[in-house]
Amino acid sequence: MHIAVFTRSTPDTQAVVTVSASGAVTWGDAALIVNPWDEYALEEAIVQAKAANGKTTALAVGADMHNEALKHALAMGIDAAIRIDDPALTHADGLAYAAAAAAAVRKLGDVDLVMFGRESIDVGTDQHVYQTARRLGWTMLSHVSKIIAIDAAAKTIKIERLLEQGKQTVTAALPVVISVTKEINEPRYPTFMGIRKAAKAQIPVWTLADIGAALPASGARVIGFKNLPAREVKLELIEGTPEEMAEKLLDRLIEEKVL
Amino acid sequence: MSAIYIWIETENGAAAAASWEALGAGKLLADACDVPLTAVIFGANAAALAADAGANGAAKAIICEDATLSAYRLEPYAALLTRLVQDGAPRAVIAAATQRGRELIAACAADTDMPMLPEALSLSVDGDAITAERAAYSGKVLSDVSAAAATVFITVRPRAFKPNTPQSGAAAEVTMVSPALSEDQIAVKIEAFEPAVGTVNLSDAAIIVSGGRGMANNPKAPPADAADPAVWKAQDGFANVLTPLAEALGAAVGASRAAVDAGYISYAHQVGQTGKTVAPDLYIACGISGAIQHQAGMRSSKVIVAINKDAEAPIFKMARFGLVGDLYQIVPALTAAARKRFNK
Ligand SMILES: Cc1cc2nc3c(=O)[nH]c(=O)nc-3n(C[C@H](O)[C@H](O)[C@H](O)COP(=O)(O)OP(=O)(O)OC[C@H]3O[C@@H](n4cnc5c(N)ncnc54)[C@H](O)[C@@H]3O)c2cc1C
Ligand SMILES: Nc1ncnc2c1ncn2[C@@H]1O[C@H](COP(=O)(O)O)[C@@H](O)[C@H]1O
Repeated sequence: MHIAVFTRSTPDTQAVVTVSASGAVTWGDAALIVNPWDEYALEEAIVQAKAANGKTTALAVGADMHNEALKHALAMGIDAAIRIDDPALTHADGLAYAAAAAAAVRKLGDVDLVMFGRESIDVGTDQHVYQTARRLGWTMLSHVSKIIAIDAAAKTIKIERLLEQGKQTVTAALPVVISVTKEINEPRYPTFMGIRKAAKAQIPVWTLADIGAALPASGARVIGFKNLPAREVKLELIEGTPEEMAEKLLDRLIEEKVL
Repeated sequence: MSAIYIWIETENGAAAAASWEALGAGKLLADACDVPLTAVIFGANAAALAADAGANGAAKAIICEDATLSAYRLEPYAALLTRLVQDGAPRAVIAAATQRGRELIAACAADTDMPMLPEALSLSVDGDAITAERAAYSGKVLSDVSAAAATVFITVRPRAFKPNTPQSGAAAEVTMVSPALSEDQIAVKIEAFEPAVGTVNLSDAAIIVSGGRGMANNPKAPPADAADPAVWKAQDGFANVLTPLAEALGAAVGASRAAVDAGYISYAHQVGQTGKTVAPDLYIACGISGAIQHQAGMRSSKVIVAINKDAEAPIFKMARFGLVGDLYQIVPALTAAARKRFNK
């Protein structure tokens, strides 16, 4: 069994992100990290491939900043990493990225299972997941909290999903695309040896021509970034005994019409 | 004639509250483009919900009550919505950015090769283009994203748009359609479903009371057999100090990641960059320092109250009201005062 797992780099969660006068997004000298949600997908890919005697490939779409995440994936124990990059992807939208992602999976050829993290913490939609699945024409199972069984011979998968409405158990036929939630496992830390090996790895880059991807005709366009409107931070301290504080706070909250 | 389609999400025949907000967002676009507002409703009770949609501002409703659509599944829902979009060529298709809404809208955008504006906070129309303002980098900055295409797919963040004012007597013109897939064409089979107990609907909540690591400083003595006294104290604090305040105010209970990771309360309650993003009218942070990752999830709250014993905690920098002191003294006093005033 061959499992493909998608990942990307994001600025460290501690990073202070601002928009400069020129309109560019900056995060100072904050480090890049692997998107936190993807650690669960990488871990699950390693565990499931091992159980099935299969292999794993980590993929990122976009600029070389994503090598950070791919190296983290290799250091955790993912077998191979590939980055898909092309000038045509600069400023492209989620659907274009999904078209590239799906073409890359097709090029790998023998993939039965594609895994994603829940969402990325910077773009913060989960659009890539669903659109990659639809471009592949494969079954989509989102928010998987447990893989109950994979039958590689019968090509079936049984999983548990954590939905807003409750916990669902479903079966489907492989190949499928899944996204995983943090309940699924406890991601491992890369070992020292793993980090050393990953640091030396050369990550191949595939262009759109290499994978035969056609991008959609019209896309969504980011027309600009803005800093958040300054918060009216007029802190009012409420003082007194706990009982006095309680009464005063309720008065003020009622005046502010939030109670 | 073109239209604005709104997908009304349902569960057991009831509409999701956030779907009425999507209808509110749709009304803005329908008025700006001068096209009818159309509710699209699948599953059990769709006909009755079409009447509610009419009262909430929809001029038309397209419904399908087929059994294959009674429980939400992506395949049959996406196949039918895609067919309706291909037939009706609406200017925009909008859904609330819930788990299902995000999935369905992204899937249909891919199927029809049309662009998507995810999780809009506000929307505007300028000629051919629809522009959405949305949060980026975990809400640390905003971005404007624009799309000009035959159909633009949009999800709207819960609580970002107001529902329309219901008009009694207003009715939607209903069209019934048949499903796009039959049961044997659907690969996913639901084997079991366990409804969530005591659902935490943080995204819809108007008031949220949240607890952090400070919840562990409960003065109550843990029982001798408590596995971990600090965890016991914090769990007891969430159950018997914080939850009563939430009940007295009609609020949902949130938590910091520190509280969730330490096992004080389940992950479903986590607010922040790797938890839920919320935008209540009132957010009361108890024993939460206000780390940047926590702020990422709650900074759009209208009024923030901080209860913290450390006057230097960063949470006070974003709070409208600050109460410096021990939460285990202040919260019970607040609960008692709120019960008295609101008779709860
Ligand atoms: C990748 C990543 C993702 C993250 N995602 C999130 C996220 O989604 N959400 C999130 O919240 N955090 C997240 N964090 C963690 C974040 O950095 C902080 O560690 C966390 O928010 C701290 O939680 P806290 O405020 O409860 O704890 P602390 O920072 O320890 O603060 C506890 C506060 O309680 C106060 N206190 C103690 N006792 C009392 C008392 N008796 N009465 C009143 N006040 C008291 C203290 O003064 C202190 O200010 C993330 C971190 C990383 C690295
Ligand atoms: N450029 C990318 N390359 C690889 N994976 C990605 C990329 N963008 C998003 N993903 C993955 O897709 C999932 C959802 O991301 P998003 O749609 O950005 O919220 C996450 O697990 C991401 O890591």
